[in-house]
Amino acid sequence: MHGEGTMPALAFGALSYDVAHLLDGAVLTLSFALLYQRRITAVINIYALQALMLAAAAAWQGWVQDAWHLYLTAAIAVAAKGLIIPIALHRIVRRLEIHRSVETALGIFPSMAIGVGLVALSIMVVLPTTLQAQAQTLTREDLALALSVVLLGLLMMITRNNALTQVVGFMSLENGLILAAVGAVGMPLIVELSVAFLVLVAFIVFGVFFFRIRDRFDSLDVSHLDALGETRL
Amino acid sequence: MAFAIGPHVKGLGFPIHAVTAAICGCGALIALGCLLAGLSPATLALPFGLPGVGMTLGIDTLSAFFLLLLFTSATACAVYSLHPHGTEQARTLPFFPPFIGAMALTLIAADGWSLVFGFELMSLASWAMVLARPDEAESRDAALLYLGMAAFGAACLIPMIGLLAPAAGDLRFAAMRAAAPGGWRATAILALVLLGAGSKAGLVPLHVWLPLAHPAAPSHVSALMSGAMTKVALYVIIRVVFDLCGPAQPMWWAVPLLAAGAASAVLGALRANTEPDTKSVLAASTIEHVGFIAIGLGIALAARAADLSSLAALALGGALLHALNHGVFKTLLFLGAGAAQTGAGTRLLSRLGGLIHPMPVTTACVLVGAAALAALPPLSGFASEWLLFQSVLAAPRIGGLGLQVLVTIVAALMALAAGLAAAAAVRLVGVAFLGRPRTPRAAAAEEADRPARIAMIGLAILTLLLGLFPGPVLSLAEPALRRLVSGGMADRAGLLAIAAQDDSAGYAAPGIALLLGLFVAATIWIVRRHAVAGELRGPAWDCGFAAPPAWLPFGDPATQYSGASFSEPLRRTLGASILAAREDVGFVRPGDPAPARLTVQARDPAFTFLFDPLAAAREKLSGFADRMQFLTIRRTLSVMFIALVLFLIIVAWLEAT
Amino acid sequence: MILLGAVLTQILHLALMFVLAPVVVGLIRLIKARLLGRQGPPVLQVWRDLLRLLRKQPVLAENASFVFTAAPVAGLAAIAAAAALVPSFALGMVTASLSDLIVLAGLLALARCTLALAAMDVGTSFGGIGASREMTFAVFAEPALLMVFFTFALLAGSTNLDLIAELLREGTLGVRVSLGLALLATTAVAIAETGRIPVDNPASHLELTMVHEAMILEYSGRHLALIEFAAALKLLLWLTLIAALFFPFGAAAPGAGPLAWAGGIAAWIAKLLVLAGALAWLETSLAKMRIFRVPEYLAVALLLGVLAAVFLFVSTGFV
Repeated sequence: MHGEGTMPALAFGALSYDVAHLLDGAVLTLSFALLYQRRITAVINIYALQALMLAAAAAWQGWVQDAWHLYLTAAIAVAAKGLIIPIALHRIVRRLEIHRSVETALGIFPSMAIGVGLVALSIMVVLPTTLQAQAQTLTREDLALALSVVLLGLLMMITRNNALTQVVGFMSLENGLILAAVGAVGMPLIVELSVAFLVLVAFIVFGVFFFRIRDRFDSLDVSHLDALGETRL
Repeated sequence: MAFAIGPHVKGLGFPIHAVTAAICGCGALIALGCLLAGLSPATLALPFGLPGVGMTLGIDTLSAFFLLLLFTSATACAVYSLHPHGTEQARTLPFFPPFIGAMALTLIAADGWSLVFGFELMSLASWAMVLARPDEAESRDAALLYLGMAAFGAACLIPMIGLLAPAAGDLRFAAMRAAAPGGWRATAILALVLLGAGSKAGLVPLHVWLPLAHPAAPSHVSALMSGAMTKVALYVIIRVVFDLCGPAQPMWWAVPLLAAGAASAVLGALRANTEPDTKSVLAASTIEHVGFIAIGLGIALAARAADLSSLAALALGGALLHALNHGVFKTLLFLGAGAAQTGAGTRLLSRLGGLIHPMPVTTACVLVGAAALAALPPLSGFASEWLLFQSVLAAPRIGGLGLQVLVTIVAALMALAAGLAAAAAVRLVGVAFLGRPRTPRAAAAEEADRPARIAMIGLAILTLLLGLFPGPVLSLAEPALRRLVSGGMADRAGLLAIAAQDDSAGYAAPGIALLLGLFVAATIWIVRRHAVAGELRGPAWDCGFAAPPAWLPFGDPATQYSGASFSEPLRRTLGASILAAREDVGFVRPGDPAPARLTVQARDPAFTFLFDPLAAAREKLSGFADRMQFLTIRRTLSVMFIALVLFLIIVAWLEAT
Repeated sequence: MILLGAVLTQILHLALMFVLAPVVVGLIRLIKARLLGRQGPPVLQVWRDLLRLLRKQPVLAENASFVFTAAPVAGLAAIAAAAALVPSFALGMVTASLSDLIVLAGLLALARCTLALAAMDVGTSFGGIGASREMTFAVFAEPALLMVFFTFALLAGSTNLDLIAELLREGTLGVRVSLGLALLATTAVAIAETGRIPVDNPASHLELTMVHEAMILEYSGRHLALIEFAAALKLLLWLTLIAALFFPFGAAAPGAGPLAWAGGIAAWIAKLLVLAGALAWLETSLAKMRIFRVPEYLAVALLLGVLAAVFLFVSTGFV
C-alpha cells in the first residue's frame, strides 16, 4: 500500500492503554498550562481541572485493574482537591485582596522550554532504569509521565515569586505522586491517605505562613523575605 | 603591484569580461555535458606545481556538479559587468579571472597541495577585490577581518592535509582514500576541516566576516563570493568528510554539523532581518542557507553511519541541490542589489524605496530571486528545502534517543529559519523596491543597462526551471551520491516529481505550477465575466490622513515603514535574547527643540562570546610578552633552562614509548 | 472508473469549498452575534457583500504598481490550490499525489507573502504595520506547524495528506496523547493563521489591533472581493484540515460510489458546524492578546508539538 522503504508505520495498543495514556497526558498538559498562566484565579481553576483529570485517571485505572480503592482515591481527589481546596484558595485570594497577576522569576517561554526538557529528561531516566524491572510498558510510561508532572510542579515552585502560586505548584507536584501511585498495580490505599495527610498539614502551615507574611509586609511576595537577614515569624 | 597597473586597464574591461563570460559559459556547458553523459572519474598528473612532485588534477561527478554551479554563476557575473558600474572596476579587473580560476582549481584538485593552493589563491584574489575602495574605513576593516579569517583557514587546512596524507608522504587523493584515518587522527581532521573550510563557508561561530566582507566588494564579486565561494568551501568539507575519510566514520560526526548548521540557519536568518543595507541582508541570508546545507550533510553522515543508504542519499541529494539552487538565486539577488546600487546610488535601505517604477525589470527579477529565497513554491528554493525537510522528518529512524531529540530541535530551528527567511525577503523587496522613494536620488533611479538585464533575466529563468524540474537536476548528481553514501535517488527523482520514499507520492512541481496557473486563469476569467472593468486612480486612502504638503512630492518619507520598523517585532522578541538587541529612546525635556533620539544596538553573539574574549586574551598575552622583555638576566636564563629541560623530558618520553 | 470517480470528487470538492467558504464565515458571525445577545446578519450576507464588491470599480493609489493589482489574483490562486489539496468528504481525489503537508505550508506562505508585498507597495504606514506583524506571526507559526507535521510523519511514515487521512480513517492509530497535543498545537496555529481572536480581530480598524485588515486597507472594489473571498477560503481550508487530520471518520474511501460521497458530505458538514460553533464560542469568550504575547502563544504551540513528538519516540518503540 504505502511505501515500506524508509519509514515504517507504527504499531498501537489496546483501548485501555490509549485512554489511560490520554488521561495522563491531559494531567501533564494541565501542568504546562499552569506554567503558562499570568492570573491567580486562572491558576487555581486549572489546578482544580487537573485534580478532576487525576480523578478520572484514577477511576479508569480502578476499572482496568478491578481495584475498588482507586475509585475511593478518585472520589477524594474530586472532593478535596477538585472542590474544597480551590474554593478555599479563591476565598483566600478575595480576603487577602491579593494582586491578581502572577510575577514570574523566569519568563513564560523559558520556563516552558525547561519544562519540555524536564519531560524528555524524565523519559530518558525512567525508561531505561525500569527495563530490568520487567514491568509492563504501560506502567513504565505512566511512571515517566508522573515523574514529569512532579518535576513540573517543582519548576513552578521555583519560578514563581507569589506564595499562593508556589503552594499550587506544591499541590500539583502531589498530584503527580498520586498519578504514579494509581498507575502501579497493587499499591495500597494507605500510601495515598498518608500522602493526602501530608498535603493537609502542608496546607495548614502555608495558611499560617500567608497570614504572617501578609501582616508583616502587606503583600505575599516572598522576595521580600530575602531582604531580611533572618525571618521572625 | 596589481593596484599599480589597475588604473591603466580601463579600456580593457569589456573585452576581459566578455572573454571570461565566453570561457565560463563553455565551461558550464562542458560540465553539464559531462554530467549528462555520466563520466567516470579521471585524473591527470601535471609536471609543474609542488617542486619534485607536481600536481594532480581530477574530475568526478561531485567536482563536475560544483563546476557547473561555479561557471553558471561566473558567466552571469561576467556578463553583468560588461559595462562598468562605478569606479572600482579598474581595481578589481586584474583579480576577477584569477578568482574564478582559483575556485575552478580547488574543484578539480586531486591532491592536497592543489586543493590548498587553489583555496588560498581564491581567498587572496577575493581579498584584493574586497579592498576595492581602500579610502573607506569600513572597507579596510572588512578586508582586515577577511584576511585574518583566510589566514586562519590556511592554518587549519594545511595541517589537515598533513594528517590525511599517509605516512609515505603522498599527497594524492587516491593515496589518502586508501589510508582512511581513524581514532584521534580522524577527529582532528574533522575539527580542522570544519574550522578551516567552515569559516570560509560561513558556519557559526566563524561567520562574522561574511556580512562585513561580502557587501564591501563590488556586486559581481559579492555575487560570486556568496554564490560560488561558499559552495567551494562546502565542497571541500564534502570531499574530505565523505570521500577522503572513508565510509566508516562514527555517527557522532553528524552532531557538530547539525549543531553548527542549525545555529547558522537561525542566526543568519535573524541577522538578515536586522541588517541595514541590501547586500548585508543577502550576505546574512547566505549564512542561513549554508546552515541548511550543513544540516543536510549532517543527516547524510548519520544515516550513512547507520547503513540507511536511501535516507543518506535523500539528505545528501537535498544538500547538493540546495547548494546549486542557492548559488543561482543568490547570484541573481546580488546582481539585482548591484543594479539598484548603481541606479539609485546607495545600498542603504533607508535611502531606497519605490524602485519598481523606474526599474521594473530589475524589480521583477529580484522578486523571482526573493521568492526563491523565501522558499515559495514552485521555485527552486522550495524544491531543495522540501528535500531537506523530508530528510529531517525521516531522521528519527536513525535511532538513539539523544540523536532523535537533537533532530527534533534541529527541525524546529529549520522551520524557524525558513519563517525568518520569508520575513527577510518581504522586508528586502518591500522596503527597497516597493513603497515610495525615500530620497530624491532613489526617485530618479535608472534602470540597469542591457548586459545586466540579460544576466538577471537569464538567472531568473534558470531559477524557475530549476524549481519546476528538480528531478532531472538531482539525477545529474546520482553517480556522486552512489560513490559517497552508496545510495541513490534515481527511482525517487523523476521528471515530474521528487519523492522521499520509493513508490510514494512526493513533491510534483510541474503539477503544483499547473494547479496555480489554472486557478490564476480561472480567477481572471471569472473577474472579466462578472466584475466591472476598469479602475480609478487617486491619492492613497491611508485611513483618511491628510495629503502631504507640496514640498514633499513623494509624501513624507518618515511616514513609511523603514527596514528597522519592519523588523522591530522580531528584534524585540528574538533579537533581545539572541542578538542582545536593545532600543534606547532618548527623550528631551519639554520646551527643548532638539529631536528625540532612538538608538538601536545589536551585537552578533559570536563577537560577544568568541571574538571579544579572544581579543581580551590576546591583549593579556601581549601584555605578558611585553613584561617578558624586562626580565632580569637570571630570570631570562632560567626560562631558557626550563624550556631546555622540558624538551629533554619530551624526547625521553618519546624514546620510552 | 476509479479515475472518473477521482475527477468527479475533485470537482465536487472544489465547488463545495468555493460555495461554502463565505457561508461558513457568515455562520460564525451569526453564532457570535447570537451568543452576544444580538440578532446578527443573515448567513448569506457575506456572499451578498462579495457580489456587491465585484460590481464596483477599484480605486488605486497613484503609486500602486503591478504587484498591487496582481496580488489578489496570486493570493487567491495559492489558497485555492491549497484548498484543492486538502481532502474534505472523499479521499483519493485526482490531486491526491500532489497533496503534501509541506507543499500545503508552502502554498499558504506564498499567499501570505504576496499579500504582505502588496501591503508594502503603496507605502503607507498601515501597510507596513500589517505586513510586519503578519510576517512576525508567521515566523513563530511555521515551527509549530512543522512540529505537528513531524508528529504525523512519525505516525504515518509520510507527509502525504491523503495517505495520512486514509491511515487515520482506518482507525489503526487509536487515540493517542500525541494526537491530542498535536490538535491543541494545530488549533493554536490555525487561529493565528486565519487571523481570528485571540490573535487578530477581523472586525477592528484600530491601528493598535489590526493585522490582516491593515494589509488590505488600500484595497477596494473587485480586488477587495477577491481578497475577502481568499480569507474565507483560508478559514474553511483550516477547518477542513483539522477535520481531516483529527476527526477522520465518515470520509468516503478512494474508489467508493456516490452513496459514500453523500455520507462523506454529510459528515463533513457536521464536522464544520461543530468546529465553526467551537470557534465562535472561543472568540466570544476570549479577549484579543497583545501583539507581543502572540509569539509567546505560538511558542507554546511549538512546545506542545515538540512534546507530542517526544511522546511518540517513547510510546512507539523508537527508543
